[in-house]
Amino acid sequence: MKKNGTITILRKELARFFGDRRMLISIIIPGILIYVLYSFMGSALHTQFSTEDVSVSAAVVNLPASLESTMASTVGVTEYESEAEAMQGISAETADICVVFPADFDEKVALYDVSSGAAAPMVEIYYSSASESSLLGFELVSSLLDEYETSLVNKWDINAGAAVYDLISETDQTGSIFSMMLPMLLLIFLYSGCMAVGAEAIAGEKERGTIATMLITPVGRNSIAMGKIAAVSILGLISAASSTLGIIFSLPKLMSMDSMNISGGFYSMREYLMLGGVILSTVLVLVALICVISALAKSAKEAQTMLVPLMIVVMFVGVSSMFGGAAQTELYYYLIPLYNSVQCMSAILSFSASSGHIVLCIVSNIAFAGIGAWVLTRMFHSERIMFSK
Amino acid sequence: MTEVLQVNNLRKTFRISAKQQKLERSVEKTRIAVDGVSFSARAGEIFGLLGPNGAGKTTTMRMLATLIRPDSGDALVDGASIVTQPTEVRSKIGFLTGDLKLEEFFTPNFLFDFFSDLHKIDPAVRETRKKELFDAFGVHEFAEVKVSNLSAGMRQKVSLAVSIVHNPDIIIFDEPTNGLDVLTAKTVTDFLLRLREQGKSVLLSTHIFSLVEKVCDRVGVLINGKMIVCDTLEAVCDGLPLEDRFFALYEKEVGALQ
Repeated sequence: MKKNGTITILRKELARFFGDRRMLISIIIPGILIYVLYSFMGSALHTQFSTEDVSVSAAVVNLPASLESTMASTVGVTEYESEAEAMQGISAETADICVVFPADFDEKVALYDVSSGAAAPMVEIYYSSASESSLLGFELVSSLLDEYETSLVNKWDINAGAAVYDLISETDQTGSIFSMMLPMLLLIFLYSGCMAVGAEAIAGEKERGTIATMLITPVGRNSIAMGKIAAVSILGLISAASSTLGIIFSLPKLMSMDSMNISGGFYSMREYLMLGGVILSTVLVLVALICVISALAKSAKEAQTMLVPLMIVVMFVGVSSMFGGAAQTELYYYLIPLYNSVQCMSAILSFSASSGHIVLCIVSNIAFAGIGAWVLTRMFHSERIMFSK
Repeated sequence: MTEVLQVNNLRKTFRISAKQQKLERSVEKTRIAVDGVSFSARAGEIFGLLGPNGAGKTTTMRMLATLIRPDSGDALVDGASIVTQPTEVRSKIGFLTGDLKLEEFFTPNFLFDFFSDLHKIDPAVRETRKKELFDAFGVHEFAEVKVSNLSAGMRQKVSLAVSIVHNPDIIIFDEPTNGLDVLTAKTVTDFLLRLREQGKSVLLSTHIFSLVEKVCDRVGVLINGKMIVCDTLEAVCDGLPLEDRFFALYEKEVGALQ
């Protein structure tokens, strides 16, 4: 059976990448690295802010009766007669912090008049910022004393009980977190995945002189362009899929939310289909842009350099999803390449997508990709571009 | 014999970059690479294009292969115009130049199949053709070895086989024996003669006078983009060895050699 030129080019490009173990690893490895890195970061953050396994001992002078029980439940308390003795405890490393209350603290506090202008009774907490347990002890005791001070003038409380007042559902929580983080990360991973293979497939072939070997065959330049775009799109999608799976599985770990039920399982088939359509059309736009820029370069290295400014634009557009609030409602926003994709992804992930906006985004992206493919075909016809030295 | 290649008044000018101008201390903004070149080649003959570096041989061949467009003039390749029918021309010619490289990652077998597909050759025909060409160049023994692991001679054999995968009637080879060892060069030379026997028209550019004397029926001498002489080998030599005749023509055209 005689083969279509585009399919032949596509098969050759895929054979090139899938036949090379190093290239294959470079496509798959980002997802694994993201999972490992984010999980590790989440675990490290969780450990840093966790107080469960850290015990703090405090050397206390003049401990008032009003604070005896709360202090004892927060830190290990050893009472001393004088400040000098208590400080020796720190020097001997038997205490992490030293807390010095004024003598008759409770009476002085009860008699103190804020409007008098006199100095308020002062509690001194000595600690070492170089020691994790000492720093934690300082924060715990400071917080405890602040709460005690507030309680002295307490008139009312807000959400003081043990009840759960935040009515966010697990679905909304997933939507809120994923819609904030994923569009930016997805766009960046899609771009970086396509950039590596796009620069190699076009500028790399120009550099090695292998593209000219194809240009002297009867296969149309448009077939070559379409074959290249299709191959880079597939490889970019695989790379992005690897990265996305890495993010989805590691995001709850990164945000230390193992206890919360955040997962991709809250999304229905409709959301996944819409997301798939938006991602696919976004990849086509990115690949078209990357291929056009790569065709201008004389080598893969030069192409990578030329693609950096576009990377910055992509990152900027991606970040807009984190600060832009709800997705835009005006139609013209969905005609702006890349921004429309971020808006759609954000809306889909927060369960607020409009089918009209999604369709408009996909159609406009396909149109932009078509223009890019046409430009690339024209560039393949240009001897100044293809054979520049 | 039928004229299968008719080149009429081809002209090509290249723009000179500011960097190059500075390097050459020149104020020229353009340079004429090929200046009104005309010649024809017939079926069953080998036409040799002879000339020093920068004479315009490769540019002429690249125009004939439709890689670049002439500024003016045209050429008919088996009746198809290089200006208006480039796709038809590409299906009628086999083209090989040092600028064209094979993807190093692939094996000769894969590349042969790939270029056969680009030429839309039926798989059954492809296999017969592959056997024929791989036999001719001895490619079978390294058909499954990646190009990156092949020697220069092996690569050139693969390039030759791949360039004529579609069995074209007109074959354009730009310095096909350049950089090859004597054994590989002999294989290539013998293959050129076999193509002539098969009734193919071969356009050959080379620096090697002995190769021209051995295989070419007609010769064109290009100097500074102009066709100085174009005739049968005997007529061009005019009783002198080709090398002597070439230098005589060169000195007449450019001046005494330094």
